[in-house]
Amino acid sequence: MKICVCVKRVPSTTTRVVVGADNQLDPTGVEFELNPYDEFAVEQALQVKEAAGEGSVTAISFGSADAKKELQKVLAMGADDAVLLQNAEAPHADGATTAKVLAEELQAAGAQLIFFGKQAVDRDQHGVGPAVATRLGMPCITEVVKFELQGDQVVCEREIEGGRETVTASLPCAITCQKGLNEPRFASLKGIMAAKKKPLEMKDVAIEGAAVELVSMSLPPERPAGRIIGEGADAVPALMEALKNEAKVL
Amino acid sequence: MTDILVVLETREGALRNASLEAVGAARAAADASGGGKVTALATEQADLDAAQLGGAGADAVLVADAGAHSPDGAAATAVRVAGELGVGAVFVSATVRGRDLLGRIAAGLDTGFAADCTAVDFAEGGFVFTRPVYAGKAQIQVKVNGPVAVASMRGNHFAPAGREASAEMGTTAAEGGKAQVTAIAGKSGGRPDVAEAARVVAGGRGLGSAENWHLLEALADALPGAGLGASRAVVDSGWRPHSEQVGQTGKTVSPELYIAAGISGAIQHLAGMSSSKVIVAINKDAEAPIFQHATYGIVGDVNEILPALTEAVKAAVE
Repeated sequence: MKICVCVKRVPSTTTRVVVGADNQLDPTGVEFELNPYDEFAVEQALQVKEAAGEGSVTAISFGSADAKKELQKVLAMGADDAVLLQNAEAPHADGATTAKVLAEELQAAGAQLIFFGKQAVDRDQHGVGPAVATRLGMPCITEVVKFELQGDQVVCEREIEGGRETVTASLPCAITCQKGLNEPRFASLKGIMAAKKKPLEMKDVAIEGAAVELVSMSLPPERPAGRIIGEGADAVPALMEALKNEAKVL
Repeated sequence: MTDILVVLETREGALRNASLEAVGAARAAADASGGGKVTALATEQADLDAAQLGGAGADAVLVADAGAHSPDGAAATAVRVAGELGVGAVFVSATVRGRDLLGRIAAGLDTGFAADCTAVDFAEGGFVFTRPVYAGKAQIQVKVNGPVAVASMRGNHFAPAGREASAEMGTTAAEGGKAQVTAIAGKSGGRPDVAEAARVVAGGRGLGSAENWHLLEALADALPGAGLGASRAVVDSGWRPHSEQVGQTGKTVSPELYIAAGISGAIQHLAGMSSSKVIVAINKDAEAPIFQHATYGIVGDVNEILPALTEAVKAAVE
């Protein structure tokens, strides 16, 4: 079975955001990493291949040339090959444009299963997986915390507000992965060495305009300074007084 | 003048509150554009109240005849109805199901999308959406370039219109889908989800162990409408499920009141909760970063302070 996993290079979650002159994150001193949710996607793709005892896992990223590093990590975890759809503007592309680029590549790949992280932790849109699936005419199950393949039927569970739902679909199918789905493996030293010999294809891709135009980026409004009410349980009455009569939230 | 379609979320035929907020957001946005029509669409059979939806801001309501939720089926119905009505925007609520529909509807209409919006303005003939990025460490304003602007509205940021009006009720055909919801299991306790709750009581490693969590639950029980949250450290230690995690790899919340007990305030956590209206921090370390973001702080052991706070809250709400 042909399995694809789509991944993104994102700023580390420990990044302190500084807005640059171009209305984008100022990359000075920022560490980049594989999107944390994509690790669950990679792990699930590898598990499906291992359980089937055959097939291949291809990692695909739409990114700048720097995203090679993240694809190498995915290869080190165990993917068979990787494709970097390269464009210098890719890190700032909107979700709809990203989905279009990925769908074009995936259409040609003919995958039975496509895994995504449920969101990239930069733009936080949750939209690329379902948008790609729609373009490919495939079902997509999002924010999956339990995945089972029964023949050509996919049976997944996901947490919705105040409940958990079971969603089923037939292959080919796209899945977006939520934390809790699995425990992503670490790349072994052997894996890292092997990754160097695995195919990593770089393809230049063009972007036709943008589906979403960025007007501005700003830091959230500063919170007004707070105060320490006191120490220990003795401070509780003063806190209650403040919540009731000052903040008026009780 | 922009007409807007709002895709409602129903579960077992009942409307979810988040949808009324999305209808309210659409009403305000349509009015800002010079007075467009707001149509609310239920993509599955549902028992809807014309006065409730009219009051929230809908002019018309369409109910599709699907029996159960299919994510791609619901999106296809919305895409078809959006085309039939010729709307300029489609709004959904930024719930798990709503987020799922967002990218699909946009792809179906071959347009762009904006997720988790916290404000909608109208300028120079189009909507400008304000939305958080980097889990709330920054916010961006965007315009959708395509023919239809597709956007999801974050909870606790928009209100139903609160007007006296009755929506015109109608029906429409449902499109079939390839993915199907086959079962829904409710969580026990009936506590609101942390992402939707108006009040959140969240705990961190300062509680000392999973066994002390009942102290936090007791406070959440005493506070009407409170949801339970947890720090990443606690979730990674297996004390609490990921569905309760607040922060960059969990949920972003903006309740009226956020009580952080034994949470030091790592940057990833702060990103997920610093837009809360009032933040109370309880931590034994007076230097913990959480205090710099808190409205009110108490320095001390959460395991002593929580029971006292619970008793005081019980007395106050009675």
